[in-house]
Amino acid sequence: MAPLASTVVDLARIQFATTSIYHFLFVPLTLGLGPLVATMQTIWYRTGNEAWLRLTRFFGTLFLINFAIGVATGLVQEFEFGMNWSVYSKFVGNVFGAPLAIEGLAAFMLESTFLGLWIFGWNRLSPRIHLAALWTAVLGTWLSAYFILVANSWMQHPVGYKIVNGQAQLTSVWSLLTNSFALRAYLHTILAGLIFGSVVMLGICCWHFLRRHEVDLFRRAAKLALIVALPATALQLFVGNRFGEAVTSAQSMKIAASEAQWNTCQPCGFSLFQIGGFTQQDQTPSFSITIPRVLSYMATGSFNGQVQGLNPLQSQEQRQYGRGNYMPNIEVIYWSMRVMAYAGVLMLLVAALGAWLYWKKKLERARWFLWIALGSIALPYIAATAGWVLTEMGRQPWIVQGLLLTSKANSPNVSTTWIGISLGFFISIYVVLGVVDFVLMRRYARPDQPAPREELPEPAVSY
Amino acid sequence: MDLQTLWFVLLAVLWSGYFLLEGFDFGVGMLLPFLPRDEEERGMMLETIGPVWDGNEVWLVTAGAATFAAFPVWYGTMFSGFYIALLLVLFFLMIRVVSFEWREKGDSPRWRATWKWANAVGSAGASLIWGVALSNLLYGVPINSSGDFSGTFWDLFSVYTVLGGLTVVLLFAFHGASFLTLRTLGDLCNRAAAAARRLSVLAAVAVTAFLAWTVVVAVDRNDKSVFPPILPAVLGIAAIALALLFALRRRSGWAFAMTATATVAWVATIFTSLYPRVMVSSTDFGNSLTVDNASSAHYTLQVMSVVAVIFLPLILLYQGWTYRVFRARVGGEELPSPGEAAPQPTSGTPAG
Repeated sequence: MAPLASTVVDLARIQFATTSIYHFLFVPLTLGLGPLVATMQTIWYRTGNEAWLRLTRFFGTLFLINFAIGVATGLVQEFEFGMNWSVYSKFVGNVFGAPLAIEGLAAFMLESTFLGLWIFGWNRLSPRIHLAALWTAVLGTWLSAYFILVANSWMQHPVGYKIVNGQAQLTSVWSLLTNSFALRAYLHTILAGLIFGSVVMLGICCWHFLRRHEVDLFRRAAKLALIVALPATALQLFVGNRFGEAVTSAQSMKIAASEAQWNTCQPCGFSLFQIGGFTQQDQTPSFSITIPRVLSYMATGSFNGQVQGLNPLQSQEQRQYGRGNYMPNIEVIYWSMRVMAYAGVLMLLVAALGAWLYWKKKLERARWFLWIALGSIALPYIAATAGWVLTEMGRQPWIVQGLLLTSKANSPNVSTTWIGISLGFFISIYVVLGVVDFVLMRRYARPDQPAPREELPEPAVSY
Repeated sequence: MDLQTLWFVLLAVLWSGYFLLEGFDFGVGMLLPFLPRDEEERGMMLETIGPVWDGNEVWLVTAGAATFAAFPVWYGTMFSGFYIALLLVLFFLMIRVVSFEWREKGDSPRWRATWKWANAVGSAGASLIWGVALSNLLYGVPINSSGDFSGTFWDLFSVYTVLGGLTVVLLFAFHGASFLTLRTLGDLCNRAAAAARRLSVLAAVAVTAFLAWTVVVAVDRNDKSVFPPILPAVLGIAAIALALLFALRRRSGWAFAMTATATVAWVATIFTSLYPRVMVSSTDFGNSLTVDNASSAHYTLQVMSVVAVIFLPLILLYQGWTYRVFRARVGGEELPSPGEAAPQPTSGTPAG
């Protein structure tokens, strides 16, 4: 019985991980490209300069192609809680359902309605109202992200609830909405969105510079992208770090796992790279490069802070919750943390280099950099995926930290066969959607097409 | 009215909103392969729903999330129990969402045909499954003593529930055709009116049979009296009969108002017949989920009520405004396309 039960849970987890990671490839670009496109349209509105209208349309098309997939895959997320995790849903609905419902009423309605107005309203609305429609849609996407992160953060750091008859019940909506974990996660995610938007935009501009296509036009967009990318990537290192402190206090096990820190240390060095040391049987790495005291600072904000190790935490949780393994997969967590952080640092370097070249008026001719910037489009995707792996796999074995185990939260009536069917279904349709989306994005971003203005005689995208 | 009942009513409102709004854009989608003579007309049909379909679909997102928040047990049992059915809904909705986006990104006839059918099949398929799923809440599915669905995918299909699904398909097709008669011009508009006339008869027969049967099911299987479920059922039957008359006489506005009323009455009949249960158990009636045993605690419902009271009127206001902005019929004199007649910013001076 036991192996079968764990197969069902594993399959359900694989499916949820696949669909959420996929969904989040599209969401942050929406979060970041939205305000950038709105800024371009605002500049056009204020100056009447035709170049900015063309840029608005060019990047607006990419924004919408990307947005459509986000919508299509978002619905899956909402349905999946009930479909695959009915025990979880019944346990948390009182608390977790509320921000999801508020998201629908307060944010998603706003976003989809006003985006429809923007897409089809070019000739029907006054320029001022038309611009306001886009900003309203952007506001909707940002609000949306907030409510979703409030829901997710409650799984990491439950607040404002009490347990009654085996159900978590909300006791304070204010605590829920101001969960310190949620506020930091939100800031972290919004910055990630802005980094997505600006790094992708910079990469596309550089692609056009490489082909000497519409250099004057795309120089403006590149400047805007750099103005956003440089502070956003720099700030993100700081915010990500502060977010780490929130994790330290709410989920000590996650931090210890992300450092493969087996024993409590004070002060603690940050391991840059290590071989081995990822399992209980093999706790000492055979090779590692460590910077002294940095982990203490990252986890606690003080260079002499104490970080609890996996071994004492495991014994402590066993005393608290009973026998069992309360550690996540250490190797995955250790590396996902590093992939995220290193990709973040690389993006900061790219942004800084780009800004310096722009300032020296050499950006369009520095071909080596143009190739780097084009390739850097992959970086935010890698960083965001690694970040979610860290957040969600780092919470294991809990589905709600300290309250409910993942292994006890799945739908009891959903069989391996059913999940097999759905997993196969999601993987096939997501591959098809992904391929077509990539082809379309590439076609509408590529430099050898006619100028954007002729390319788009119709409303940018009618859907 | 206690808060559980209020949220039961609000969910009926959200589902009604979803059926009323997405109903016509599903209808337009279903007619996509049949009504237009060429790609240009097909583009016009899509343009009538282009600006609004996504906003319409959010009513479903909200209904789903509100069920999660207000009735977690209902949400968990229904979504896990209807697993394969909901997977099909997701499939239909996904191919439909991308069809709007991707159809016009290629010119080859095969590409266009693919997405035309994706939209049509997606629209009809999702309508069918929603009809089957909602009728099942009342008709009853196997629910065990721990409140979980204990049947198979095939338990969702009975003559009654399949009729429920087909009724929704026909009703939406008729609703969509009526919508098109209001939003198009000329030849396309005439053909939409002819389609509405043909569909009106089928829809009227199906809706009448289904709503009458629903009252019987409510009495037989859900321990209800004939009253009050008979009220929305009669309203629905009257509305669809009037819609038929108006469609035949080509009173488009009135016909659309009546298909809209019939759609809302369909949802209202199911919900009135259900109350106070939310999901009837066919194995042991005592295992049925009710507004009391499936709902969230008082505090959550209070919070949610405040949110709904603030935001529902706002949503109605701005979505209503959207429909006003796009009220002009499609296919009249060519509007200048944005590329050539780029709208000028007001005199090019800073706004503020």
